[in-house]
Amino acid sequence: MISSFQAAGSLIPEMNWLQQQLEDLLLPGVAPGIRGLPRGAFPAMNVGSTPDSVEVIAFLPGIDPKAVEITVERDLLTISGERASDSSQGRDGAHSYAQERFAGKFRRVISLPQDADATKVDATFRDGILQVSVAKSESSKPRRISVE
Amino acid sequence: MSDNTSVTKTHQAPSVPQQALAPAVDIAETDSGITLLADMPGVSKDRLTIQVEGDNLTIEGRAQIDVPDSIELLHSEVRTPYFRRSFVLSRDLDSSKIEATLRNGVLNMHIPKSEQARPRRVEVKVA
Repeated sequence: MISSFQAAGSLIPEMNWLQQQLEDLLLPGVAPGIRGLPRGAFPAMNVGSTPDSVEVIAFLPGIDPKAVEITVERDLLTISGERASDSSQGRDGAHSYAQERFAGKFRRVISLPQDADATKVDATFRDGILQVSVAKSESSKPRRISVE
Repeated sequence: MSDNTSVTKTHQAPSVPQQALAPAVDIAETDSGITLLADMPGVSKDRLTIQVEGDNLTIEGRAQIDVPDSIELLHSEVRTPYFRRSFVLSRDLDSSKIEATLRNGVLNMHIPKSEQARPRRVEVKVA
């Protein structure tokens, strides 16, 4: 680790890394999560499946639901938008101590399972969580075939 | 959880288990005080606790996600709905006057500085 300390410019990422290591050591109870993700992975997403639908949960705190764009193209679901950086950070005389929250444009694409029906998509937004529900196609649901 | 850990953590609210996410925060200082923004998606007002104990400020919350019980997770980046993070407050801050608002899953707190800690301009009198 010491050998990788080269120029002064590389000290900050090294310190961040060190802080992360210390936190892992001292706070083992803190699960890796939103903060442990690389910067590009905003929003964090969970994907689940129920017998009737595919549920996509995107964690989008602080975003106006009207500013989120959701598109479905074939089996690709895209969630994109922009999160403005907080205005108070840039104010005169303000000193920033921590800036961990994501700011800027984001875009995430996931491929839906084959049995999802891209024509039946519902999206709801509450308290910074976007939930996209994609129905499963009728033909993929289990059915019983009666013998005549 | 073993008995040992529960003894050392007795001061913590029992509603949030030990496994919790540390929400990402932005912290900025102005002349009037500290502004703290924390990302807590899915947390509503009644599921959020802000606790000040001495110099310690703790924010805790639980996200509510309405999914059917029959859900089977295929991919998950957020593995627990619990958030918790603690901060040590400077003595120059007046923790009795904290203001907090929660909007779209972002907690916005303002912690004012106590009167004597604010920058003052001293007038020079010409004799």
